[in-house]
Amino acid sequence: MENNHAIIAENVVKHFGDVKALDGVSIYGEAGKVLGLLGPNGAGKTTLVRILATLLKPDGGNIRVGGLDVLRQKRQVRENIGLAGQYAAVDEILTGRENLVMVGQLYHMPRRAAQERTTELLDQFALTDAADRPVKTYSGGMRRRLDLAASIVARPNILFLDEPTTGLDARARIAMWGTIRTLVADGTTLLLTTQYLEEADELADKIVVIDHGHVIAEGTADELKANMAADFIDISIANPLQTVQASSLLQPLTSEAPQTDEQRGHVILAVENGAQSIAEVVRLLDGDDIHIAELNLRRPTLNDVFLSITGEAIVEEEAKPKRRGFFGRRSA
Amino acid sequence: MTGQAGAFQRFIWTFTDTYVVMRRNLSQLFRQPQLLIFATIQPVMFLLLFTYVFGGAIRFSTGGDYIKFLLPGIIIQTIIFASTNTTIGLNLDLSRGMIDRFRSLPMSRAAVLAGRTVADTVRGAVTITIMMIAGMVIGFRFEDLGSGLAGILLAIAFGHAFTWIGATIGLYVKDPEAAQVAGFIWMFPLTFASSIFVPTMTMPDWLRVFAENQPVSVVANAVRDLMTGTVNPEEIAVALAWIIGIFVVFMPLAVWQYAKVASR
Repeated sequence: MENNHAIIAENVVKHFGDVKALDGVSIYGEAGKVLGLLGPNGAGKTTLVRILATLLKPDGGNIRVGGLDVLRQKRQVRENIGLAGQYAAVDEILTGRENLVMVGQLYHMPRRAAQERTTELLDQFALTDAADRPVKTYSGGMRRRLDLAASIVARPNILFLDEPTTGLDARARIAMWGTIRTLVADGTTLLLTTQYLEEADELADKIVVIDHGHVIAEGTADELKANMAADFIDISIANPLQTVQASSLLQPLTSEAPQTDEQRGHVILAVENGAQSIAEVVRLLDGDDIHIAELNLRRPTLNDVFLSITGEAIVEEEAKPKRRGFFGRRSA
Repeated sequence: MTGQAGAFQRFIWTFTDTYVVMRRNLSQLFRQPQLLIFATIQPVMFLLLFTYVFGGAIRFSTGGDYIKFLLPGIIIQTIIFASTNTTIGLNLDLSRGMIDRFRSLPMSRAAVLAGRTVADTVRGAVTITIMMIAGMVIGFRFEDLGSGLAGILLAIAFGHAFTWIGATIGLYVKDPEAAQVAGFIWMFPLTFASSIFVPTMTMPDWLRVFAENQPVSVVANAVRDLMTGTVNPEEIAVALAWIIGIFVVFMPLAVWQYAKVASR
């Protein structure tokens, strides 16, 4: 494999009618490493994963997964990959155990081997107690874990996880991160898509930021955050008429101009040391008799990355192509 | 798992994969006993209602005992309605991402469809067995066991052909709600404008021409004759031609649509 890349996607193009879901995207996933694909809803993440997993035919591009051509060697590619999509694709009526045995059998493992592997996975994903209950009784986090287990039944070399934590609560998300970390510890190549900078930061060795079908930035989490402040302080001013006043008052605390929203009385401050600055914020505003309705200290988000790269906030946009009447199922 | 599987191995896998998927679909059915009970009660109820409500009035135009006319017809109706389950079931699998999972596995393409259509046909066959028993209880008798069983097999083959139409529709419609309607709306004209419940001779000409020549009537007539002891080779040949024709058109169509369908 060239340059030890397990995943190569060069100049991938995919159009749905007039919508350019992918407009010349290139990504390279190093073998045994985690590549994070970061972007808002509708950026083209899922489309790219579906193409890599042989589910969708690209309109153009050179795509190799595990050294195999996704167009000409579909079956071999499928023998080497695992996929867990955005929606836990597990059968609700079957039990957790039956789901995994079924997947194992469809990988053409002998029944006994599929059963042994299932027992192992149920244990690994802390599902042993619920193993013989129908999946419809599972919580969201349990379903995701089962889905993840299903994707690695055949011990794939390359794993695609499409937004594995979307829709999970904070606790389940952190538990999921732990699970994913153990998966890649033994050298599996992982491509992970996410909308959360924190998640990419937590899990990925390298991050590619995409938006509207284009790669807009790439690098390690540290490289991406290098041009960005370490912390952000969100301030809500009780009287929105004082927003501009507050903003100019706080200017000395930050190297960039504070972002202000006069309508809502919001000021966002990018600072190097949040804990120190927050005391300053309170002192300065209090000194000028400006009342604070709400004050939040937070880590940079995907939105902040977007602001620093493109100068624009994320536009939440439904990128799914329009349904074409009664018939005509299209993909996003 | 295996790097380069031979053609023969892949051929075998088509069957084992189909079996695995079929078992999944059937266990879904048997774990929802309510579904199974109501799916069985409904056609039996139809059988009883038609026999006792319409039977007396229709008797004279069906040449005597209505149950002899009705039971073979209603068996056809029951078995072809099994294709509704195929439409809805496949569409649910699509919208819930199951099809994506299956398609990302190195399994046979046809197996997801065949596993579904065979399971729905088995389900239909279970239902018509219960209807046969109900029919026997209210007076139906085979004239000849051999030809009677042949008639039932012909009905099941026809039902299986229809599940492939159902599969094609299920892969085309956009969501499960649409699949609910699309799954059986097309079957009403085919079952009512046919010789399933009544002889076609009293229908207006334009309708009669359609009713007498459409596949449901053709197969229903052949099945009815077989079940009442008449073997008419020409009739059976035309019925088989329809069954084969439906397979030839809809199997490739469904497999082709499956290959390119993208859920969500």
